[in-house]
Amino acid sequence: MTGYWVSGHMAIQRHLLDRVSAFPSQWPFCLRRCSYCNFNKYVPRRVDNAAMTRCLVKETATLLRLSRVARINSVFFGGGTPSLASPSTIAAVLETVSQNAHLPNEAEVTLEVNPTPTGMAKLKDFTEAGVNRFSVGVQSLRDDDLKRLGRDHSSWEALKAISEARTLCPGRVSVDVMFGLPGQSVESWEGELERVLDVCDDHVSLYQLTLERGTQLFKQVEFGEQTVPGDDVTAVMYRTARRILENRGFLQYEVSNFAKNGAVSLHNLGYWRARQYIGVGPGAHGRFVPQAEGAVQREARTQTLEPDVWMREVQQVGHGTRRRTRLTQLALLEEVLVMALRMTDGLTHQDWAMFNPDAGLHCILGQSEDVLELQERGLLILDVRGLRCSWEGLALLDSMLPTLLFHLEKYISNQEKQKEEGSPSLCQGGKSKTR
Amino acid sequence: MDICEFAVDKIRNFSIIAHIDHGKSTLADRLLEITGAIVKTDRNKQVLDKLQVERERGITVKAQTASLFYRHRGQTYLLNLIDTPGHVDFSYEVSRSISACQGVLLVVDANQGIQAQTVANFYLAFEAQLTIIPVINKIDLKNADPERVESQIEKVFDIPREECIRISAKLGTNVDQVLQEVVKRIPHPAVSKADAFRALVFDSTFDHYRGVVANIALFGGQVAKGDKIVSAHLGKTYEVNELGILTPDEHPRDRLYAGQVGYVVAGMKEVKEAQVGDTLYHQNKPVEALPGFKPAKAMVFAGMYPMDQSEYSGLRSAVEKLTLNDSSVTVQRDSSLALGAGWRLGFLGLLHMEVFNQRLEQEYNASVIVTSPTVPYKAVLCSAKLMKNRRAVQKNMVYIDDQRVMMKYLFPLNEVVVDFYDQLKSLSSGYASFDYEDAGYQPADLIKMDFLLNGRPVEELTTIVHKDRAYSTGKFMCERLKDSIPRQMFEIAVQAAIGSKIIARETIKAYRKNVLAKCYGGDVTRKMKLLKKQAEGKKKMRRIGNVDVPKDAFINVLKRKDK
Repeated sequence: MTGYWVSGHMAIQRHLLDRVSAFPSQWPFCLRRCSYCNFNKYVPRRVDNAAMTRCLVKETATLLRLSRVARINSVFFGGGTPSLASPSTIAAVLETVSQNAHLPNEAEVTLEVNPTPTGMAKLKDFTEAGVNRFSVGVQSLRDDDLKRLGRDHSSWEALKAISEARTLCPGRVSVDVMFGLPGQSVESWEGELERVLDVCDDHVSLYQLTLERGTQLFKQVEFGEQTVPGDDVTAVMYRTARRILENRGFLQYEVSNFAKNGAVSLHNLGYWRARQYIGVGPGAHGRFVPQAEGAVQREARTQTLEPDVWMREVQQVGHGTRRRTRLTQLALLEEVLVMALRMTDGLTHQDWAMFNPDAGLHCILGQSEDVLELQERGLLILDVRGLRCSWEGLALLDSMLPTLLFHLEKYISNQEKQKEEGSPSLCQGGKSKTR
Repeated sequence: MDICEFAVDKIRNFSIIAHIDHGKSTLADRLLEITGAIVKTDRNKQVLDKLQVERERGITVKAQTASLFYRHRGQTYLLNLIDTPGHVDFSYEVSRSISACQGVLLVVDANQGIQAQTVANFYLAFEAQLTIIPVINKIDLKNADPERVESQIEKVFDIPREECIRISAKLGTNVDQVLQEVVKRIPHPAVSKADAFRALVFDSTFDHYRGVVANIALFGGQVAKGDKIVSAHLGKTYEVNELGILTPDEHPRDRLYAGQVGYVVAGMKEVKEAQVGDTLYHQNKPVEALPGFKPAKAMVFAGMYPMDQSEYSGLRSAVEKLTLNDSSVTVQRDSSLALGAGWRLGFLGLLHMEVFNQRLEQEYNASVIVTSPTVPYKAVLCSAKLMKNRRAVQKNMVYIDDQRVMMKYLFPLNEVVVDFYDQLKSLSSGYASFDYEDAGYQPADLIKMDFLLNGRPVEELTTIVHKDRAYSTGKFMCERLKDSIPRQMFEIAVQAAIGSKIIARETIKAYRKNVLAKCYGGDVTRKMKLLKKQAEGKKKMRRIGNVDVPKDAFINVLKRKDK
């Protein structure tokens, strides 16, 4: 990494651009919708695999060329249920990626798996198509919970899937589990987590069930047909889960993600470190600089949600981009801050400097009383490494972010005002009290 | 038609009175149509209700007047119809309009029968010794029972049932007969053109170009353009710039005569110079003032503040403009620690206040915070023991007749200013009425109540309450505060205290976990929106100790309960 460091903005930008990590690809179809899900998912009567494949391939090529990215470090197949897609689709997309950019052999290629028998049968074929990491959506090992959530597999099938995946990609299988489910207690949750840890591989993602408006579960809870544990209980569930995972040798590297033996998700790290990524498929998101159009600013992009419409657009103009928003420097920095603080390592000074070489974190945030107070309370740490949450602070991150964003915005808008007035000031070393 | 051709004996002055929604305004429309004052179209529905808020709410706020020409048995009559507000809040206006008449049409709904305002208005007319013509309306509706209502009228008002006229104002049925009876039964005004000029002001409006336009009824003599007239209440002299009759639109004339009703513009700058009930006469020819004049008395009070202090001058000018046309609103400047500079306004009733607010928002685009008002206190520093008081002390009770009783109480003003009037009306289904006079300051057991957040006092919320009210007010405000302050990373104790004693408490739980579970590519967009909004909110927060309090919290705690 240091090899690329040359003084000046352009070099840094080039550095960023060369190392596009992520290539998330969306397969938005499912066999059925889980009661808690509010993602962009469709349950179609039949899927025209050939057409979808052609369109994914086309959009992949178009956007790679648009971004002028040199190298892809990770590819992630999500959705929907990408394990419903055919391995040949996966192969075709990967082929296209390597035709339009450098896809090294050691690039991480992940496929999300729904542990149903149909999915299981194809796992080997997926590895042959190029997949080298699996993310298994277990959610729960209790059959009654699975039923309540509207999942279409049993716990036995889930265990089988984990085992199969571990055989094919040892050390490269991630398992998703959920807490805060209807009818769960702290004790039952702890027991379940221990059982999962008995059989899982080196990576665990832990999620709290959230009630999203418009989902079936939301309505059920609203009408009293189901109840979910209160937030005091879920807070304890999260806390004990972190402890249990730690005791079992997992290192928490992000709010919801834990890894043993260094088996972190490179792809997701790319998100949290605000690297560029190109999203392909209906509803996919992207963050990159469309250099081929002469742009120098990063854009936030979203692909059309509805598969049929998306396909039409891809066929007509090569990609189905519904929204493109240029990110201002402030907006970019805000994302950098919000995402990085989710990692236990937090935001390093070096990473920050890549995006804002003019002023460091001490200068922008270290001066305010609010931030000092958070440090004094042991929730936030600002030191030689950078800015990060403490163990306690991580659980309360969203309570701290508004304050941090407030000060970031204040600093940036002051700088801009001073620039207009022709008197940009460099950060003073000493601490002055500002609110 | 030349007005001076009208002999006084061909003039009839009458009003329509009724309980709300019994069809007063519809009947007025029909009368205007029949006499040709307005052309018959569908859009004439309630022509006389001019204000937007009146049309929206289907109520009459300002009284309007029309002079109608009616041909009966070969003779032409001048009928002056004075429309009156139907709501209990405006009973004074009703009484003044009535005093300009010799008769009234008492309209009663054929299904609902006699209601509170029917009775109240009947008594006003009865005590003024007017001819009362009972009119039973809405006979076209399915549930109409005119016979039952006629019996009611006979029993309660002692008016023979044969005198009732059954109509449908909506369809126009029998309305013609009403006009005939007006001519037949209502006497002409007992006035003479030869007498000295004497007129009653029964309404006034403010016109930006011409100043105050006063609606008057002449009780004697005549008045012409250019005449110098005097207002009995203020003793000021004016020159008549313009006068005429209303049909209901203005028709200027050179001269008005005794028995007639019309409008006059005389260089008055504020409606306070032409108060309802005032008497006008010629300069140097003073007359006995017409009886019954009363300056308007406020019954319901409220504090009004702009949403933000930067909007203060905008709100001030809106309030000024509105009160230009409404002399019954009392205005006093006031200020609150939490909300800044504002006013304490007095209204004739809750409806009056609501209409005022609505007009502020609709006509002047003002957004207003309405609070329970502060009541003036005098603190007495003395070491003597304070006198014990019950909140209301009954002074006497008098039976007016076999159906009405009058009770006199001594009340602390605080108990009365907010919603006493309203509750009284609703408890008595509108039948009870209420009047008050200032009884001076009296010593009372008052205490200062503070509000604390995690031990730190919130100055803006400190309030003075009566000892007996302390607990309930304290608890109520603590609950409101709890609902208005967002959770933070530590527990917040909300307390009401008197001196060092805590009398009420609520707790706002701390967050123990507050972080989004999933945040991958794309999720950040949605999350950023929420976070940015919260960051913006920080700018408007007030820091009390370590607690961030949004500005809205103060408003929520201080505003009127019914809003």
